[in-house]
Amino acid sequence: MGTTEFSVREPTAKEPTATEPTATELAGLYERMLLIRRTEERLSADSAAGKLPGAVHLYIGEEAVAVGVCAHLGDRDYVTSTHRGHGHYLAKGGDLRAMMAEIWGKREGICRGMGGSMHVADLSKGILGANGIVGAGLAIATGAAFGARLDGSGHVAVCFFGDGAANQGVLMETLNVSTLWQLPVIFVCENNMFSEFTPSHEVTAGRIADRARAFAMPTHEVDGNDVVAVWQAAGQAVERGRAGGGPSFIEARTYRIQGHFEAERFVLAGGRYREDAEIAEWRARDPLERLRARLMSSGELGPDTLGALDAQALQRVDDAAAFAEAGQPADPDLALTLMFAGAGE
Amino acid sequence: MARRRLIEAVNDALVEEMERDPKVVIYGEDVELSIVGDMRGLHDRFGHDRIRNTPICEATLTGMAVGLASAGYRPVLHMMFSNFIYTGMDAIANQMAKLRLMTGGQLELPITVIAGYGGGAANAAQHSDSGYPMLMNLGGINVLTPSTAADAKGLLKTAIRGRNPSFFLEPSGRGGDQGEVPDGEHLIPLGTASVRRTGDDVTLVAIGRMVRPALAAADALAEQGIGIEVIDPRTLVPFDATTLLASVAKTGRLVVVDEARECCSAASQIAALVAEHGFDSLRAPIQRVTTPNVAMPYAPNAEARIIPGEARIKAAVLAVVPGKSGAGAVRATATPRPGGA
Repeated sequence: MGTTEFSVREPTAKEPTATEPTATELAGLYERMLLIRRTEERLSADSAAGKLPGAVHLYIGEEAVAVGVCAHLGDRDYVTSTHRGHGHYLAKGGDLRAMMAEIWGKREGICRGMGGSMHVADLSKGILGANGIVGAGLAIATGAAFGARLDGSGHVAVCFFGDGAANQGVLMETLNVSTLWQLPVIFVCENNMFSEFTPSHEVTAGRIADRARAFAMPTHEVDGNDVVAVWQAAGQAVERGRAGGGPSFIEARTYRIQGHFEAERFVLAGGRYREDAEIAEWRARDPLERLRARLMSSGELGPDTLGALDAQALQRVDDAAAFAEAGQPADPDLALTLMFAGAGE
Repeated sequence: MARRRLIEAVNDALVEEMERDPKVVIYGEDVELSIVGDMRGLHDRFGHDRIRNTPICEATLTGMAVGLASAGYRPVLHMMFSNFIYTGMDAIANQMAKLRLMTGGQLELPITVIAGYGGGAANAAQHSDSGYPMLMNLGGINVLTPSTAADAKGLLKTAIRGRNPSFFLEPSGRGGDQGEVPDGEHLIPLGTASVRRTGDDVTLVAIGRMVRPALAAADALAEQGIGIEVIDPRTLVPFDATTLLASVAKTGRLVVVDEARECCSAASQIAALVAEHGFDSLRAPIQRVTTPNVAMPYAPNAEARIIPGEARIKAAVLAVVPGKSGAGAVRATATPRPGGA
């Protein structure tokens, strides 16, 4: 008793190696990143205009992480997300109109207006939900990966979490149990440099990736603003998970261009936690512009194609926002019947 | 009928449900050896993919139940003592209880959590809480408090087959209690109280571990000509208000015995329910017999002082039956008062 058939990580016969995305794959990554960017920009504007009932935490500047990872996933793979979850939802194939309607608090919302921005989820796409509790997705993803392991299906679970969540004790717990049981979970730490309103370095000792190395977990540290780097690391991690090679850890270093949430200036009341110059410096490393430049310079996509993609993304976002705005108010009685399955049936 | 100890009935329920549905998976701390005894033999029978020991990491164990259920399984998580629920509380309060609503009904979480609760075994303050009021307050969790072997089996099987998270709270120290368990498939719907004894003078609601002293008190008072109806709610969420209100309509008097601390106890909720919906029937003030708002002391005599027992139950009943007690008896005997700061 005490030993299991998969308690110790055997080195896999062939460690996955990095490959290069094809031109078609690159175009797909660009298209998805662009959709997220335009969606978040629209939400920023609608939030500022007072059109949204609740707060929104935007993903601008971090799109390469969600898109680079989710490009390797199918609908039967799971993701758990954070309070900054719109990008993960869209990257994993969640429906844009239904998400927009959800954020507007409408009946047509993906969660029927019961969850809101911080809780967008689409179970049919394996999106177990954005989550308002920092670090909560770690254990949920580990549990879903346990299910995938028991199924023997080759599916994986990806947990997106931030540098803030990396300081929750549950990270140590889930690194331990997922290594012990060789679960197909991929921990993706989006290190965006801020724990809400506190610079990460003020509250974080050591390197976050070293926490995974302590468990001898395969660990990748990548430039989170380079979608190809993320795509390559995630490709290896997903392949490892599908092949029974256990968990992997990716620390993607990126930067939160927007505030912790839109309208944060009202609660900060003049207080500051970063300099404008720092934001400008990171804007110059914009992941979307970098990919665009790469596509242009390599001649893989011409200006006409890129222009068409831009117009298309904007059109989709406009359509989704119009759909949300025209939606019906949420059913106010739903909460009275929805807590328990079977109760309202 | 078969005579089974309570933990044997739990074991029987687990075996039957694991045989019935390959998606039932058990995990938790020390479940393979099963210190409590309720899971003994399951590891040998079902193997490591169906039941396995975990590290001690409750925050992860409760969160994993959410993920595992999302992946189509029916996890059964053993948390040993109900005090350990506190360590795993985020995933219970913020995830398990809320995700069905938050996802607009997309998600169903058929999770069963098993934990022992209650004092009386010199386990001291951190292993003796009766934590169900906290769970009742979450809104999205079924709370099961069986008091007999038969109910334990029938409720647990229903919970495991259900579509929602359920906490199955075993009375600590009562695992050896024996009782008759019906043969064959035995399922008890949640939200059905059991009238354990009928009577016309006083309705005595007793929760879980408190059923035994309540029945003893009722038997003793019957000799004084007092007819006591003992109601065991069996599940606190959902709660069978119909059976309770019908009984109070008949007796006009209500005493509630609850091992949880008095403040916001299950007894408080039951008393409020009757005050709101059965006030016209009441012929005397409602009495709560609970543990006072203190931590459980270690010494057995100190524990006995604060856990509701037969003597305090009898005194509370006598206080509401005319001609059976003097004025002031209620205040002196219901729940001892801790000194305030």
